[in-house]
Amino acid sequence: MGARAMPQRPRASPLPFLMQRFQQTSHEYFYTPMALLEVNNLHASVEDTDILNGVDLTIDGGQVHAIMGPNGSGKSTLASVLAGREEYEVSEGTVHYQGEDLLELEPDERALEGIFLAFQYPVELPGVSMMNFLKQAINSKREHLGEEEIKAADFMKLMRERAELVNLDPKLMRRSVNEGFSGGEKKRNEIFQLAMLEPKLAILDETDSGLDIDALRVVADGVNKLRAEDRGFLIITHYQRLLDYIVPDVVHVMVDGKIVKTGGKDLAIELEEKGYDWIRGEAVPA
Amino acid sequence: MSTTQTEYLQDVADADYEHGWTTDIEADTADPGLTEDTVRMISAKKEEPEWLLEWRLKAFRYFKKIMEDSSQYPEWAHLKYVQPNLQEISYYSAPKRKARYDSLDEVDDELLETFERLGIPLQEQKQLAGVAVDAVMDSVSVATTFKEELKEAGVIFCSISEAARDYPELVRKYMGSVIPYTDNYFASLNSCVFSDGSFVYVPKGVRCPMELSTYFRINEQNTGQFERTLIIAEDDAYVSYLEGCTAPQRDESQLHAAVVELVAHDNAEIKYSTIQNWYPGSKEGEGGIYNFVTKRGLCKGDDSKISWTQLETGSSITWKYPSVILKGDRSVGEFYSVAFTKGHQQADTGTKMTHIGDDTKSTIISKGISGGRSNNSYRGLVRVNKNAKNARNFSQCDSMLLGDRCGAHTFPYIEIDNPTAQVEHEATTSKVGDDQLFYCHQRGLNEEEAIKMIVNGFCKEILAKLPMEFAVEARELLAIELEGSVG
Repeated sequence: MGARAMPQRPRASPLPFLMQRFQQTSHEYFYTPMALLEVNNLHASVEDTDILNGVDLTIDGGQVHAIMGPNGSGKSTLASVLAGREEYEVSEGTVHYQGEDLLELEPDERALEGIFLAFQYPVELPGVSMMNFLKQAINSKREHLGEEEIKAADFMKLMRERAELVNLDPKLMRRSVNEGFSGGEKKRNEIFQLAMLEPKLAILDETDSGLDIDALRVVADGVNKLRAEDRGFLIITHYQRLLDYIVPDVVHVMVDGKIVKTGGKDLAIELEEKGYDWIRGEAVPA
Repeated sequence: MSTTQTEYLQDVADADYEHGWTTDIEADTADPGLTEDTVRMISAKKEEPEWLLEWRLKAFRYFKKIMEDSSQYPEWAHLKYVQPNLQEISYYSAPKRKARYDSLDEVDDELLETFERLGIPLQEQKQLAGVAVDAVMDSVSVATTFKEELKEAGVIFCSISEAARDYPELVRKYMGSVIPYTDNYFASLNSCVFSDGSFVYVPKGVRCPMELSTYFRINEQNTGQFERTLIIAEDDAYVSYLEGCTAPQRDESQLHAAVVELVAHDNAEIKYSTIQNWYPGSKEGEGGIYNFVTKRGLCKGDDSKISWTQLETGSSITWKYPSVILKGDRSVGEFYSVAFTKGHQQADTGTKMTHIGDDTKSTIISKGISGGRSNNSYRGLVRVNKNAKNARNFSQCDSMLLGDRCGAHTFPYIEIDNPTAQVEHEATTSKVGDDQLFYCHQRGLNEEEAIKMIVNGFCKEILAKLPMEFAVEARELLAIELEGSVG
């Protein structure tokens, strides 16, 4: 039974897309390779309150982008909109992911296509064991890719391996998802799931909040090990300190729902020194 | 609530009943109506001994007064329905060919096919280690397997009519000893017209070598089904019993009023598990089974234990409170329940734990899941008598709402007459959260997978109490119910 009417869409294979693009503007294709994520003039609101006011952002595979900004600037909203949370209404702009219209996809389809969100507040699922949850997640993805279900032994092996990556006690795997986990365990569990699901675009929503310096280092370590040529990261953070450990390629500053400044990793340090007021002052047109 | 979730739940609510058909077997059906003659006719058809007819008639004389006095009809449950007209019901129906069979070879092929379609392949069950099946189709037992092995262990497992003929002393001694015919409206009705059911006797010191299981199925149009089951465990005996039900689709409501009595002597244990999947009515809320069941266990001996575990997914009306009377010192009563309602289903279910002996202990864990426009109520009584020292009870009632047009209710009653009692009650109500769903979606799970996973997690500790073989079946049933897949 179909849970809902879902448009029959061919699976995202880059080939037809590339050919189409080649036919249309072969010249352009050779000079501007397709970005992993391309956000153009994105406007979004929740309950009639505008939060994003024209975000532009392009992430290529292999890159780590950081978005910094004061509280309420819309950073987490951007993460939620990209993951497809329903409360947010997109009123204007486009988002292309691997050349496809991302906004057309349901949240689960986005996940299956390789978008992963590490939640700021991971949700508890009482009675649902971590093991069952992850196995289902991995198998859903495999089914989507036309692959066979993961073998039990392979799954266990993968789980042990990846748990080690973020220093997560394997005993937690027998517990219910996030239930009774400490704050630090919940955050590490998010990165562990990231490691298990091997996404193409990983969005970390304030993963550093509530972590002490040791936990922060563990999480950052895990992320660094997961950096890869074909994987993009979007790291949302309020503080610069996470970026001491995960060195970004690009740093964006978001204020009032817009990216107002973009630079290299030094921008984060400058921001830490001068505070967000400095950006605000600069951003406001004279 | 998101649109997709609403759509999904709508699909679930609209799902057709999987087991909806009527088998075409010639049946021997009594004319509708309840009179003394009806009672005599049932007894005669079943070739019952005189004492049993007398017992039925005594019950009928009592019930007649209640039946004619509308103020006697129990209306306290949180249920809305039209009171069934007892004069429009036929009280006896039996497959016509042959009432009793010595082996499966004699059983009508069509009948066997019905069981196959229900997923109860008797032929295979014979080979399935550890499961004996006493299949009841309408009112007469048609096949019993594993008899030899049970006989060797000294366990009696047969239909109650058979038991009344072959073991009259036992039946006479225990029938009505836990639930007298004066107990309540539906138990009285059952006592007059009970059709068939199971009888289990486990002698002293015997651990029943296999799970005992019976499948009930209503088949004839307009036939009330009134099972009566009696299970006795002598000192130091153990038995685990499972009943599972499905019923074919029909237009008119069907009354189902079963009585189940359990007796556990010193240090005996009875585990009674139910998977109930009667026809729940159409999506417009028409038809479906009215399930008014009286189930009670008596922990008669010291250190005895009785556990009720139930997965209730069917019936349009469920009125059911499997209870335990903790008479023996240090006796233990348990009630574990998952009740899932959708569409227009209504369930009012729970338990009664009556503490009489010293140092008795009871545990109640109830999980209600409501979807569609259904109503799901927990109703439970914990009673500690004046002389019951150090009684302990723990109750936990959790409700989960799937959607915003359904209802979940909790009616706990606590009556304590002894100051040494310790009684704990916890209750929670939750809605399958948009946050939980989004979290699952973000990991690639679709609506159906996500809801299944969350609901299964919610009921996990109860399903784990079911016997191994049936826990899988139970999860499957729950998954089917959630999916609403059409068979």
